Amino acid sequence: MSNEPTPLERFLQGIIPENPVYRQLLGLCPVLAVTGNMKAAMTMAGAVTFVLFCANVMISLIRNILKPHLRIVIFTLTIATFVTIVDRFLAAYMYSMSKALGPYIPLIIVNCIIICRCEVCGSKQSVFHAGADAIGQSLGFALALGSIAAVREILGTGMFFGVRVLPGVWPDWVIMALPPGAFFTFGLLLGAVNWFGEIRAKKN
Amino acid sequence: MKNNYIIQAWLVLLLAIFYGGALAGVQLTLAPKITENKIQETREKVPELVLGADKAGTVTLDIEPSTITVEKNGQTTFYSVFKATKDGKLVGWVAKHTGQGYADKIELLIGMGPKVSKITGLYILNQKETPGLGNKIIEIDWRSQFIDAPTSQKLAVVKTGADDPNEIDAITGATISSRSVCNIINAALNDLKSPLNEQITHSTN
Repeated sequence: MSNEPTPLERFLQGIIPENPVYRQLLGLCPVLAVTGNMKAAMTMAGAVTFVLFCANVMISLIRNILKPHLRIVIFTLTIATFVTIVDRFLAAYMYSMSKALGPYIPLIIVNCIIICRCEVCGSKQSVFHAGADAIGQSLGFALALGSIAAVREILGTGMFFGVRVLPGVWPDWVIMALPPGAFFTFGLLLGAVNWFGEIRAKKN
Repeated sequence: MKNNYIIQAWLVLLLAIFYGGALAGVQLTLAPKITENKIQETREKVPELVLGADKAGTVTLDIEPSTITVEKNGQTTFYSVFKATKDGKLVGWVAKHTGQGYADKIELLIGMGPKVSKITGLYILNQKETPGLGNKIIEIDWRSQFIDAPTSQKLAVVKTGADDPNEIDAITGATISSRSVCNIINAALNDLKSPLNEQITHSTN
């Protein structure tokens, strides 16, 4: 057990070295679907953070009484509960955002980042490990969503968080705000991340 | 005993009950707020639907929500209806109705004149029609065709070249979505015309 990651390691690894999107290529549905503008992307990141944190801590609390062959059922049940809470909360306090995100909030239930963290960390390590792991992975996810949404919103609409940042002469590349833009941006950014990773590996 | 599935799954069952309780609590706390948000969204649209977009900003209307129950062929339908008045004078009605579209349910608002003799506006609240084709039903260009259509005749969808006020041009490549919207409106008007007229004669007497 001594070579298992500490809470700090779990936290740091989630942000860049094991980034859920750029490194593990998990949870790509929201990465492609809700990164048309920063507001939607950050709401999604907040919702995923809440669900991931609560589910990971909850699973960690009951890890000693989990039956191996029934664990996936319990993961799903736990995740679905917290997703429903987020969904209702958004509908009550951020109604227009809840309508804009539409089915993608309930779809957090099938976001594989969360079930992956429950399996890898929550069901095996202490509550502190699970909490730190959830926050690290969520920051990594938010970073990934934010990077893609920033590129798409700025190039696609000339705005950032709904505020105009590019001069009026910029011809808004509408395609960047549409679905194809998500694929272009994600592909190029993923390529860039791997390219930098390779350069760094060579230096070492 | 150890092989009994129910006993093995005690934790699943216990958690299900616990989570169910928690969700019931969340729903009870937040449901009034969510319903209020939905009503508010509709309420904001009422002036535009009754008076038209250009006059909507200048006039403040009194809006009175109510529910009309229509029983037909053993089926009961509930309609949310908003009565718009200005200084006690009736200026129009807005009704909400839901029906099947091409992809999923379409929820829309229909604006009607004070005598329910013509349509004064249409707004799509919720739809999941095909992006680029069917979802053009939300565009103002298409929706404005419905303005001034008489309620005495049923709305009919034509491929192109609608010339009667009750004819609606279909969206190219989305005939089903176009027809769905017309059918939802026809059904709502068919159900609502007599109860609304009843209310009008009541209030004038």
